Amino acid sequence: MLPHRFQYHRPDNLEQVFELLDRYGDDVAPYAGGTELLLALKARVLRYEHLVDLKRVPGLKGVCESDGQIVIGALSSHFSLATDPIVKRLVPAYAALSDNIANIRVRVSGTIGGNLCFAEPHADPPAMLAALGASLTLRGRDGQRRVAMADFIEGEFTTVRGPAEVLTEVRIPAPAASARYAYCSFGHLERPAVGIAAGYCPERGTPHYRIWAGAIAGRPAQLRSVEDALEGVPPDKLGDVLAEAASAAAQELPAHDDLQGSADYKRHLAAVLTRRAVEQAAGLQPRRKAA
Amino acid sequence: MDATERMMLSFTLNGRPVEVDVEPSDLLLDVLRNRLGLKGTKRSCDVEVCGACTVLMNGLPVSSCTTLAADADGQTVLTIEGVAQGGELDRVQRAFVEHAGMQCGFCTPGMVLATTALLNVNPKPDNAEIRHFLRGNICRCTGYIKILEAVKSLV
Ligand SMILES: Cc1cc2nc3c(=O)[nH]c(=O)nc-3n(C[C@@H](O)[C@@H](O)[C@H](O)COP(=O)(O)OP(=O)(O)OC[C@H]3O[C@@H](n4cnc5c(N)ncnc54)[C@H](O)[C@@H]3O)c2cc1C
Ligand code: FES
Ligand code: FES
Repeated sequence: MLPHRFQYHRPDNLEQVFELLDRYGDDVAPYAGGTELLLALKARVLRYEHLVDLKRVPGLKGVCESDGQIVIGALSSHFSLATDPIVKRLVPAYAALSDNIANIRVRVSGTIGGNLCFAEPHADPPAMLAALGASLTLRGRDGQRRVAMADFIEGEFTTVRGPAEVLTEVRIPAPAASARYAYCSFGHLERPAVGIAAGYCPERGTPHYRIWAGAIAGRPAQLRSVEDALEGVPPDKLGDVLAEAASAAAQELPAHDDLQGSADYKRHLAAVLTRRAVEQAAGLQPRRKAA
Repeated sequence: MDATERMMLSFTLNGRPVEVDVEPSDLLLDVLRNRLGLKGTKRSCDVEVCGACTVLMNGLPVSSCTTLAADADGQTVLTIEGVAQGGELDRVQRAFVEHAGMQCGFCTPGMVLATTALLNVNPKPDNAEIRHFLRGNICRCTGYIKILEAVKSLV
């Protein structure tokens, strides 16, 4: 299907972007890789009179290190993040996740900013970025604010971003040298049915774990009960504690039946993937490439 | 740049400069096929899953079914028509012919372009890397074995 007609704007600075978003209100959408937006326009489930292309606004792409943080421009593509030397060195699990999103064409066009702002629940990055303690920078005419990744997505297709705000960057605190992360997902369609991000973060000899579930519910969920059960447990003692805590936590997840599978099936996946992700993060088995 | 009813695009297409005026909502696939007469790029799934509409934008694969023509403005686009040089098939095309990596041929332009991009970014891919990169190009005929043999012969 073809999209209905719209006007296309290609501003070359953020001031112009804000001005256009302000001027056209409900009739305008920012346009990044278009891998979600154009599909929705073609299927005519969304309609806008104006698109504001963010791709040629300078300063919104690329990765740098600053004050112990990895700063990722929101217009960076998944492909560029999968191959970025800073991301690969400091957060290799996030580089690997980016490399397994969709197919090569969606990774080349699709941006991290578009992924987060669209808030399609069956997405990979949100759970991982939440586990990494990332924050997002939103800029508007009146200035900028920082929102924790954990608070950004409110539910399916809804975020705290205001209509005239642009997501400009994602900031990940550089993990301690001893910390390790892993992400395990599964789905039989293009997108993940469930994805679990886990972090193993020993501090002065005491192991801590960070565990987030993505895709299964409308927003990423922290599996605090599993984190608490594993607090202080060294990798070689995870065994039954992990299996029991993962199964119990998975039963509590707000899953629902959809094309990706029944709620029960997805809870089962969540339990298995939680175990695998924690074990991988804790170094218990070699990292497996997703199928 | 401000909103315009129609837009004049200039970009490099298959090594040559082109200019074409389009509607802002025109998709790259339709402009290539219907305005520029390049029918080698195919529409199949129309939802970024199959890869029949693959073109290379600045050397990397994109789904032209879900890319605005406006996105090509100022960029470099390669379609299957630009792969052969001086009437000679290039080495990727020859490998597909020699290994019988096609049957009906509908997926082949996308397969050849995706392979071209893969070898650009990774001249010596191993088997897992080949499968990973080509995973999003779907073939309903060959069963993939012959395609993979063709690609492996280039490494
Ligand atoms: C076949 C297919 C498979 C996929 N598989 C996966 C998968 O496995 N895992 C996964 O995580 N995702 C998957 N996706 C989703 C993929 O589209 C996103 O990951 C992609 O990153 C979206 O980014 P975009 O730049 O294309 O967004 P766009 O389509 O350009 O924009 C999406 C939305 O965000 C808004 N927006 C974009 N950028 C900004 C910004 N900087 N500030 C404010 N608003 C903004 C737009 O207005 C729009 O509403 C898949 C998509 C397809 C089509
Ligand atoms: S027609 Fe574009 S990916 Fe299938
Ligand atoms: S050769 Fe027919 S679809 Fe691939």
